[in-house]
Amino acid sequence: MELPLKIVKEVEEYIKNNKIDKKRAEKIWERVREAYSNAVYDPEEPIGVVTAQSLSEPATQMTMRTYHFAGTAGIQVTLGLPRLIEIFDAKKEPETPSMTIYLKKDYQTKEKAMRIAEDIKEIKLKDLVISTTIDLINMTITCKLDMNKLRRYNIKPEELAKKIKLKNLEITTKEDRLIAVSTKEDVINLHKLKFRMLESHIKGVKGVTHVILSKNEKGEWVITTLGSNLKKVFDIEGVDATRTYTNNIFEVYEVLGIEAARNVIIREAMKTIEEQGLGVDVRYVSLLADLMTVTGKIRGIGRYGIAGNKDSVLARAAFEETKKHIINASVKGAKDPLKGPIENIILNQVIPLGTGAFKLVGRIGKKGK
Amino acid sequence: MSVSKIERIDFGILSPTVIKSMATVRIVTSELYDADGYPVDGGVMDPRLGVADPGIRCRTCNGTIGECPGHFGYLELAKPVIHILYTKIIYNLLKVTCRKCGRIMVKEKVNINNIPRDQIKKCPFCGEIQKKITFVKPYTFYEEKEELNPLEIRERFEKIPDGDLSKVEFNGGRPEWLILTIFPIPPVTVRPSITLETGERSEDDLTHKLVDIVRINQSLKENIDIGAPEFILTDLWELLQYHIATYFDNELTGVPQARHRSGRPLKGIVQRLKAKEGRIRNNLLGKRVNFSSRTVISPDPRISINEVGVPEVVANELTIPESVTTLNIKRIKELILNGRVNYVTRPDKRKIKVTEDNKEEIVKNIGVGWSVDRKLEDGDIVLFNRQPSLHRVSIMAHRVKVMPYRTFRLNPSVCPPYNADFDGDEMNLHALQSEEAQTEASMLMEVKHNIISPRFGGPLVGLDLDQISGIYLLTKKGVVFTKEEAAQLLGSANIDIELPDKEKITGKELVSLLIPKGVNIEFKTNYCKECDERCTKEKCKHDAWVKIVNGELKTGTLDSSAVGAFKGKMINEIKRVASEDELKDFIDNLGRLGIAYLMQRGFSISIADLDLSKDILEKAQREVEKGERNVLKLIEEYNKGALEIIPGMTPESSLETHILSTLARVLNNVSQLVAENIRYSDIVVMADSGAKGSNINTTQMAACVGSETIMGKRIQRGYYMRTLPHFKRGDLSAKAHGFVARGFKKGLTPFEFFWNLMNGREGLMDKSLRTRKSGYMQRRFMNSLQDLRVHYDLTVRDSNNNIIQFVAGEDGIDPTKSDWGELGWINYIRGV
Repeated sequence: MELPLKIVKEVEEYIKNNKIDKKRAEKIWERVREAYSNAVYDPEEPIGVVTAQSLSEPATQMTMRTYHFAGTAGIQVTLGLPRLIEIFDAKKEPETPSMTIYLKKDYQTKEKAMRIAEDIKEIKLKDLVISTTIDLINMTITCKLDMNKLRRYNIKPEELAKKIKLKNLEITTKEDRLIAVSTKEDVINLHKLKFRMLESHIKGVKGVTHVILSKNEKGEWVITTLGSNLKKVFDIEGVDATRTYTNNIFEVYEVLGIEAARNVIIREAMKTIEEQGLGVDVRYVSLLADLMTVTGKIRGIGRYGIAGNKDSVLARAAFEETKKHIINASVKGAKDPLKGPIENIILNQVIPLGTGAFKLVGRIGKKGK
Repeated sequence: MSVSKIERIDFGILSPTVIKSMATVRIVTSELYDADGYPVDGGVMDPRLGVADPGIRCRTCNGTIGECPGHFGYLELAKPVIHILYTKIIYNLLKVTCRKCGRIMVKEKVNINNIPRDQIKKCPFCGEIQKKITFVKPYTFYEEKEELNPLEIRERFEKIPDGDLSKVEFNGGRPEWLILTIFPIPPVTVRPSITLETGERSEDDLTHKLVDIVRINQSLKENIDIGAPEFILTDLWELLQYHIATYFDNELTGVPQARHRSGRPLKGIVQRLKAKEGRIRNNLLGKRVNFSSRTVISPDPRISINEVGVPEVVANELTIPESVTTLNIKRIKELILNGRVNYVTRPDKRKIKVTEDNKEEIVKNIGVGWSVDRKLEDGDIVLFNRQPSLHRVSIMAHRVKVMPYRTFRLNPSVCPPYNADFDGDEMNLHALQSEEAQTEASMLMEVKHNIISPRFGGPLVGLDLDQISGIYLLTKKGVVFTKEEAAQLLGSANIDIELPDKEKITGKELVSLLIPKGVNIEFKTNYCKECDERCTKEKCKHDAWVKIVNGELKTGTLDSSAVGAFKGKMINEIKRVASEDELKDFIDNLGRLGIAYLMQRGFSISIADLDLSKDILEKAQREVEKGERNVLKLIEEYNKGALEIIPGMTPESSLETHILSTLARVLNNVSQLVAENIRYSDIVVMADSGAKGSNINTTQMAACVGSETIMGKRIQRGYYMRTLPHFKRGDLSAKAHGFVARGFKKGLTPFEFFWNLMNGREGLMDKSLRTRKSGYMQRRFMNSLQDLRVHYDLTVRDSNNNIIQFVAGEDGIDPTKSDWGELGWINYIRGV
């Protein structure tokens, strides 16, 4: 067995740092190689089952709904068991998407960082409005604008009118008032229209509802956000795209590709487990992340993911939706080669894992050849 | 014994010809039994369909109840009926089949479950214009406005050429077989009837359903024969369709459930297979077993971790088969004479029960080729399990030690892997029934092989509770024994070891005797005070630096971070240099020594241990009052609008966060005060050694419990704007929202008691919710990952040989054989 790169590097460094001569170094290598070959997996080890157990046994000890403050910033993120399930279910959108945005060297002043943070935060019309009134007779919605905020964000009321793109709505501005007239005589929908208008995107990055600027342990300005939109953030000047991170796995997959998504799965899962003070070897998390991403797309565990797409009919039927799987198998004329453990347990046969994987049979009691 | 193995299972649809050919009986009557109570020939309980009662032989195969597998019958349906489970497939197939030429009209291969949404308008083969097919649940089809009856559908499907079927991935048979013409009657072995105590027979749900089907079928046939009016025939046909549909699946949407006389819905075939209580998950994946036993567990620190104490009652009931050979015949004869054998099996496989009267005769006859069912005895290997079996160490192999009384005994050191305690837990024991199983268990499953957890590469088995307290006290500085005292201690711990020839023996030296040679390790213990000065390591004044050189404990007091389960660093090191047996003996001996020392020294706690001097209590009181005042200050600031608002938060939640951290600081300060001033007692010993409890627990008992929280926030629920009617509305102070200012020793006020209770209830709810959620997650994990295994080349592959990982775990290291997930190569090059 070849030594893993990490260990090779460690040993090389050790030899260099301690100025060990060639003869002794050779001995050291021999010892390390021996230690490694003793620590390697046994063939036919049912690593999948051990992985499943190692990940779910500590899950029973996790807390359910405890929100925690990420660092000193006030961002609340989902933690514990719900987060773990979310990761491995490959939910399209996490309950609390959050980004950590790093900045390039030239932008490491409070003012510059603050400007970037303000550029990122999404401003909706409702953030700029003090009060809204509806006039049902004239079919108008009138918003009183917060001119202080407008000045702070450097938005002119006229620009505002152009930003709101809604059907059947004519928008004009008058001093600190935004007047929207519905072109359609539809009283019932006027209320809905009001809400849709207030939700209109004015500036910033869509989906980012909160931004918090803080210094990390290295004394670097870092922006933490609630809401995630990696692609848009990468386009903003001053953002260090090489380090900026999101906890939204699907977004990473779409923007950076499957390998990056795999790493995010590992990182997020390990973070969630370790935060609860539980220990699980990274190897298991990496195996599960590999299984989830091996097809080039992200598959969750469960009915619509890995477990529901097993090759074996019996394994699928034993999991969930028994009827569907058996009926479809009969129509397709499916064949189950009984290679997995579940199928063989159903048939009361030895499972092809561990000591059951071997087909060698000794001839006992027969003498000669 | 040769056993044939099932290599493959093919799925498909039964054709009418096959149904007929596999049947032995044609069912013609809906009657079950005649006036004398005998099953009627040609009824659904026809004796040729197999036997379900003991003592009767099958009329088809002449087998008895265990031998006869049962035989199918068939029923000729008067009119064809749609198979309810295939309605979606029939619908999709109708949509893609030309109504005239019967060709399948799709251009490219499609899945029959996923055909193009828009129906093809014109047949590309014969040019026929297609009509729109609609499907009305549960089982009616229309072409435009006209109903398509099963007969017509069947005719249409018959026209589909064989070659076209693969276009829609329909390879399980002919599509017309989805319309039933011949109906298979399952054997009686599948639906046995039960005879009640009153002598009344109670039929299986399926039999009831079959009777209905046969009856309606008969009457439909008769009505056709007499030329009854069309509407009667359609009604009967519809009824037949209903009965056949609910026979297969009785949980169809839009179909009223078929019910038993009592009103209970009948179980259809789908219900029999489906879900947790269904055949697959309840009977095929999980089976009930013989040769097992279950009783309450209790601790016995004097037996080895590798052993289990088995009560005599159990040991006399459970048996292990043993073949008689020339090597053991003498022993087995003795066993028979001593009444330690329950059954003997002759070479012709006949079993004879051993009794007081026939044992002599059996001993006379017995020889090589016989085998005996021997009662459990010391040293036998058995499996021991505690549910929930969350990981593989929930089932381990132990060596039997027969003991009096009625509980299973186990060493408290093996509690952690099972997650067991002795507050009434029960555990299961399985006696292994073959040499192969016993060998495998002893080589892979014994406790001594499973000390290191595969989950995190640290020890799962280690000292626990009092064992740790004992060893901690024993290895403290200044524990010295005379030779006699040391011998006395070792004796009471049942350790047989040579004492060094010295006048005075320290506790550390005593423990060193148990550590295997070659163990070298240095680490900081759990109770390290994290002093501000640079760590002096060996010279630590708290003796918090453990240094072991070649199996000799030089400095440091051993605690849970040295020998405890989950944390014990020494255990990994011993496993690295010594054999598994030596490690097992180490844990056994150390645990016994700890308890022996504790018993000799005495170990007890009292309420008085929590006493704090008056001025300390006052200090704590002042701290609490200061905290409460600070909270009021915060509220004032908030009311004035001067509160520092945390970015991204509303003023209200900022206030809550500030208050919560203020109160947490109070508890922290008080607990520091308590830690510094509490009298050194056995409570402190437990906390320091990591045996049980921590400084927080001591503080909560002695001084102040702190703020209770629900869902991570102060207690908010209750009445309108207040938690209890005793407070003013809008009162945000600490005491109105769950702050418990007193300790358990002093006693809680009624409000405080209530807050504490609320917190406790939340814990209970959380626990039950979590168990369910994580249980389902585990099931999904297990089903997703069950077939992955490591191959010889260290790749991880699934059962279809798809590579998942090129090197298992990225570096091929098995955490079970690692040191907390690391290779720890530095330990191996010592002395090179």
